[in-house]
Amino acid sequence: MVTETRAIDAPHRGLVQTFVRFREIGLIAFIVVLAFFVTLRNPVFLTFNNLRDIVLNISILVIVALAQAMVIITRGIDLSVGSTIGLSAMMVSFMIAAMPELSPWLMLPLGMLIGAILGSFNGTLIALGRVPPIIATLGTLSIYRGLIFLYSGTKSTINAYEMPPAFRQIAKGAPLGIPNLILFAVAVAVIVFLFLRYTRVGRDIYTVGSNPDAARFAGIPLQRTLFLVYLISGLLCGLAGVLWASRFESAQNNTALGFELQTVAAAVVGGVSTLGGSGRVIGVVLGAFLLGVINNALTLIQISPFWQQAAQGLLILLAVIVDATISGRLQRMIGGRS
Amino acid sequence: MSTKRLHNFWTKWRWECLLVLLIVVVAFVNARASNYFLNSTNLLRMTSDFIEIGILILPMTFIIVTGNIDLSIASTLALSASLMGYLFMSGWNIWLAAGVALLVSICAGLLNGVLIARLKLPALVVTLGTLSFYRGLAYALLGDQAARGYPPEFTYLGQGTIGSTRIPFALLIFIVLALAFGLVLHKTRFGRYLYAIGNNKDASRYAGVPVDRILITIYVLSSVVAALAGFILAARFGSTRPDIGLGLELSVITITVLGGVSIFGGSGTLVGVVLALILVAILRFGMGLMNLQGQVQDIVIGMLLIVSILLPTLIERFRHTWHWQPRMLWQSLAALLVLVLFISFFFWSRSLILFR
Repeated sequence: MVTETRAIDAPHRGLVQTFVRFREIGLIAFIVVLAFFVTLRNPVFLTFNNLRDIVLNISILVIVALAQAMVIITRGIDLSVGSTIGLSAMMVSFMIAAMPELSPWLMLPLGMLIGAILGSFNGTLIALGRVPPIIATLGTLSIYRGLIFLYSGTKSTINAYEMPPAFRQIAKGAPLGIPNLILFAVAVAVIVFLFLRYTRVGRDIYTVGSNPDAARFAGIPLQRTLFLVYLISGLLCGLAGVLWASRFESAQNNTALGFELQTVAAAVVGGVSTLGGSGRVIGVVLGAFLLGVINNALTLIQISPFWQQAAQGLLILLAVIVDATISGRLQRMIGGRS
Repeated sequence: MSTKRLHNFWTKWRWECLLVLLIVVVAFVNARASNYFLNSTNLLRMTSDFIEIGILILPMTFIIVTGNIDLSIASTLALSASLMGYLFMSGWNIWLAAGVALLVSICAGLLNGVLIARLKLPALVVTLGTLSFYRGLAYALLGDQAARGYPPEFTYLGQGTIGSTRIPFALLIFIVLALAFGLVLHKTRFGRYLYAIGNNKDASRYAGVPVDRILITIYVLSSVVAALAGFILAARFGSTRPDIGLGLELSVITITVLGGVSIFGGSGTLVGVVLALILVAILRFGMGLMNLQGQVQDIVIGMLLIVSILLPTLIERFRHTWHWQPRMLWQSLAALLVLVLFISFFFWSRSLILFR
């Protein structure tokens, strides 16, 4: 909240805070209304099992959408997330298939390391090479996806029978009664929340996004912050890749193909402004949850799955239109920045 | 005098000259590597693989010159082709079906344009939304079916050749369109307005440039051209599936940027973009002759894109504000070490499964 109010005079804070809260309240209200109508059509929706399925389905999306959100807050975009997830999933699956005796938990740091290296390559291009983020990550989207094909060669899939059963437990196990996959998502959300709110680098991310020039004058290491953001994005994608391979018990050449669009959608629907400088963890989580609810609802009310993508696109459009009209009106009301 | 003119020519056409040089180098290497490269039948057949992309880069150049972007073109292409196929399968005349699909594509472009120009929404987000939306509509129309059985007078659009020559008819369409777009961009007031908007939107508005109307026009243009490309692609395949042209927008943007159009708007020429198209086409054709998989070819194209943007910036920085610090040595060494370790791990872990 601090971030959104930074540029606006103190007397207006109450109003702006209401708006920022409204943003998430609006999302929750939308989800509740949607849930209400879906339940009318099919009572299965509100059962415990179905809700758990929704949360399971969006867990990986939450992790990567949070990474994407951090990048978008700095006015950037990371189009390479899908390819990074795919490469991490493929390399980790190769390792676990070649050495089934290894502890599968070792795969987590390995995947994160692979992701971090790929992310830091993006970061170097963008921070040091001054390549616009959309160009750099558009390039690495192709490069990393191509590397997956190069890597897997004649063996384009690692199947479930080639993976030790213990590897599956990374995502599917539930020693605490809750599936690990959900715990991972919650843990990442909490860590990102604390990171963005209470650490200096976290605050710098917002400052760099709301005004890069001012950030430089204020002595914030602009390049280092940008580099770190892309590194973190890659790291989280690497984690997501391991979880993906473990959950679906396979890795293919086209794992997570096109996933970048969903992550941007979740972040934008969740209120992360593409103009940079604003966005909150809770919003992104709700944005991902809304996408999950919609996909689930379309199945439950037996609308053809072929409509899912159209519905998702329409939702993104609605979210940005509502956001623009409301925030525009609000800014005129308080006479803030235009 | 003459050197001065040469200097002016160089500063204006530097990027295009470099592209021509690259094309010559790639063509030379290809010709040395494969006997099948310099073969007019092969080359002409190869062009048809790039006609749709070539047609799509023309309006994309307009849009990127204004500092905007259109991620939804491939989806608009799919929507139009699918709608046409759907109507055709329900018994419509093919040209009538194509006409309706063209009208729908105008609506699709209007929606993009109005949201971006009137509601002032970021083009990236709007067209990302419509990318999903239009592609979703294509799936909703055709599902897992394919529309097929197009009459020969329609498939001529994608498969036919001019008269008794081997020149594809679609190539002629592309050349005519490229000339038209080039003339509009470089020789008309409309074209100059596009550069003005890309350089400074607010200043253009104050100077009386009808910014909103122009933006809406180019988004509609982009969608109509995408529909046309969709028809050609459907005619070439002889069928339409809803995943037609999936991911084409990335290739189109890559080529446009490679052609020297700044992603921030305000600069670039259509000549450069067409040269970049030729470069990518012969590069891919050559790699195809060497039996490289399409996705592995993507690695080279992706690197080319990054290097083409990275190199000019680095050269500028080396020239002006470069202070060598010992810190940089350690950083570059660390980066190099990480790179080497990653590559070794990449090939080692791969060999564990592939060559056991």
